[in-house]
Amino acid sequence: MRLSMPSDPMRPAPTRVLTRRREVADTWTLELEPGGTAERPFAPGQFNMLYVFGVGEIPISLSGDPASPHRQVHTVRAVGPVSRALAALGPDAAVGVRGPFGQGWPVEAAAGADVVLIAGGLGLAPLRPALYYILSRRARYGRVVLLYGARSPGDILFRRELERWRRRTDLEVRVTVDHAGSDWLGRVGVATNLVPLASFDPGDTVAFVCGPEVMMRFAVAALREAGVDTAAIYLSMERNMKCAIGHCGHCQFGPTFVCKDGPVLSFERIRGLLSRKEI
Amino acid sequence: MGKTSDAALITRVGVQRLIEVLTARGYQVIGPTVRNGAIGYDAIAGIGDFPVGWTDEQDGGHYRLRRRDDAAFFGYAVGPHSWKRYLHPPRLRLWRAQRSGDEMRIIDEDDEPPRYAFIGVRACELNAIAIQDKVFLGGPYVDPHYRSRREAIFTVAVNCAVAGGTCFCASMGTGPKVEAGFDLALTEIVHDGEHRFLVEPGTDFGAQVLAELPYRPAPPADIDTARAIVERTAQSMGREMPATDVPALLRRNLEHSRWDDVAERCLTCGNCTMVCPTCFCTSVEDETDLSGTMATRTRRWDSCFTMDFSYIHGGSVRSSTRARYRQWMTHKLSTWVEQFGTSGCVGCGRCISWCPVGIDITEEVRVLHEDECDGDDS
Ligand SMILES: Cc1cc2nc3c(=O)[nH]c(=O)nc-3n(C[C@H](O)[C@H](O)[C@H](O)COP(=O)(O)OP(=O)(O)OC[C@H]3O[C@@H](n4cnc5c(N)ncnc54)[C@H](O)[C@@H]3O)c2cc1C
Ligand code: SF4
Ligand code: SF4
Ligand code: FES
Repeated sequence: MRLSMPSDPMRPAPTRVLTRRREVADTWTLELEPGGTAERPFAPGQFNMLYVFGVGEIPISLSGDPASPHRQVHTVRAVGPVSRALAALGPDAAVGVRGPFGQGWPVEAAAGADVVLIAGGLGLAPLRPALYYILSRRARYGRVVLLYGARSPGDILFRRELERWRRRTDLEVRVTVDHAGSDWLGRVGVATNLVPLASFDPGDTVAFVCGPEVMMRFAVAALREAGVDTAAIYLSMERNMKCAIGHCGHCQFGPTFVCKDGPVLSFERIRGLLSRKEI
Repeated sequence: MGKTSDAALITRVGVQRLIEVLTARGYQVIGPTVRNGAIGYDAIAGIGDFPVGWTDEQDGGHYRLRRRDDAAFFGYAVGPHSWKRYLHPPRLRLWRAQRSGDEMRIIDEDDEPPRYAFIGVRACELNAIAIQDKVFLGGPYVDPHYRSRREAIFTVAVNCAVAGGTCFCASMGTGPKVEAGFDLALTEIVHDGEHRFLVEPGTDFGAQVLAELPYRPAPPADIDTARAIVERTAQSMGREMPATDVPALLRRNLEHSRWDDVAERCLTCGNCTMVCPTCFCTSVEDETDLSGTMATRTRRWDSCFTMDFSYIHGGSVRSSTRARYRQWMTHKLSTWVEQFGTSGCVGCGRCISWCPVGIDITEEVRVLHEDECDGDDS
């Protein structure tokens, strides 16, 4: 018995860049057409595989509003061959898209509780859709806190938006930088130092954390110190990914496939792995 | 499992006829044959291509062909090839992309999947195929290339009449008797009297093919002989996996000093992953032609022993040999169970024989196990 040929999950849909905007020195936000379909619905925390003609394909989180699935917004830091080529694509340039993939932030399960989002560096990009989601249903959540750490004032992402959010009374936004010149009036230090300053009920809080792995380890420690239950802490992991569909083996993190079981994983699930080197 | 009541007896002529019947039905027949001093799997035209009268001598880091004193077709264990090179090819072009100006078009491969008939599939290998089925067909995403090849195969399994020096399927519960997943199963009887094969159909299609061969019903004595052959094989395994909860043993010993010890020996060559019938990891390569208008994406086997495998911007997650060997072994024997509900090892012994320095997965487990037992005693 032969079933019909299923569609190939490794085949990208060709699409095009709509807009390109520089965020900071090495980071651009691209808005893409969904590719082959009017909408490509996604959940906050999910990612797409983006293909640059002849160069390669890399996982990039969706950083836009999940309420606008007719726009695929991605914020890309140019660090190597593929991300550099991707970040250089201007309006109308061709790009291939597969996705969305992975398990996102448990935004629904968090309803009713306080939500603390902790972002380090580019980690703000995959958290932004969660914040959009929560703010558009603001009444359903308790206190909402965004703690963000960037390398320097010049590296602060989504600056205008952060200013807008900061003016809201139903959202607590705190920003810190690792180092700054004397013209910086804000805080200096790592994002995890902000945890004790934030107001939330540790007994009824869900925390979403995204950033470099060391930063996430410190964030977990700070949250636990503040009294947040480890079962209520979620992290977004990064691993090498070649397929995003559980077939290439590259993204393994112990028993988890970061591409399909993650990238967002509960701390409970990975606590034994996170504390070890080279897993 | 083949019903013994349907069991038939064929001779060498019957096996030749089987190859012809399958070829006539449009199959590309793949079977064991001697290649570069080893028994590999390749296209075969007739029984003359089989490794007639050859066996393989295997040990840690050691594989050598040796003459048998008979003309057995299947008188060896397993060689460096496994059937995965047909179902999950080492290199496969996935698609091409064509660019003109700002337009990009994806050109699908008109992948007319080959229809393979595999002859000589061992019990461990049937289990390995079932394991790769879980990886490529059992999750939320299906690999269409694997699926089209897999669905089309005709499988002629063989019960093992000799165990290799590195075989340990009996202790993994994956052999040496073939249990499921075949169209026809053969047991070769060489010694008492005529060279003959007990054939048991595993599917209706297998029975139809059998009906086209010159056969006679199997006498009960031959059925008993065939059973005794596999039982003897089960008793003569060259290696054994310690009888303990291996997944839990490894979970408890992620920081054991034995990983440093194995790291002293391992060359990170990746041979073990290439020969393993269940290892499924791949990478992709992107290329453009000279004109820059056509790009190809190719998938190829990859190994967790390379530095690139775990590379993320800033460095490899697993840069030490210790961590890479640990990843391989704990994946095979421990995390695989959590991922796919089965061990990733079928006890075929290939990784032991083809490791240039003879690292032995059963020995590594034994050391961890005995270390814990010693600890309990003191
Ligand atoms: C789930 C997830 C979400 C991500 N979201 C974002 C995001 O929103 N914005 C952003 O800028 N970056 C994101 N990244 C990181 C981004 O994928 C890497 O920075 C990118 O792969 C680097 O590739 P490169 O070729 O530009 O650079 P290099 O780091 O120099 O890579 C060289 C080669 O290594 C390989 N490689 C390196 N890292 C990876 C990787 N993580 N996966 C697969 N191959 C890799 C590639 O083949 C690449 O060609 C995300 C990563 C993951 C896993
Ligand atoms: S790990 Fe070794 S013995 Fe087990 S299936 Fe793979 S090659 Fe065979
Ligand atoms: S265990 Fe042996 S075969 Fe595997 S990578 Fe190390 S040296 Fe190579
Ligand atoms: S990215 Fe290929 S298995 Fe996860």
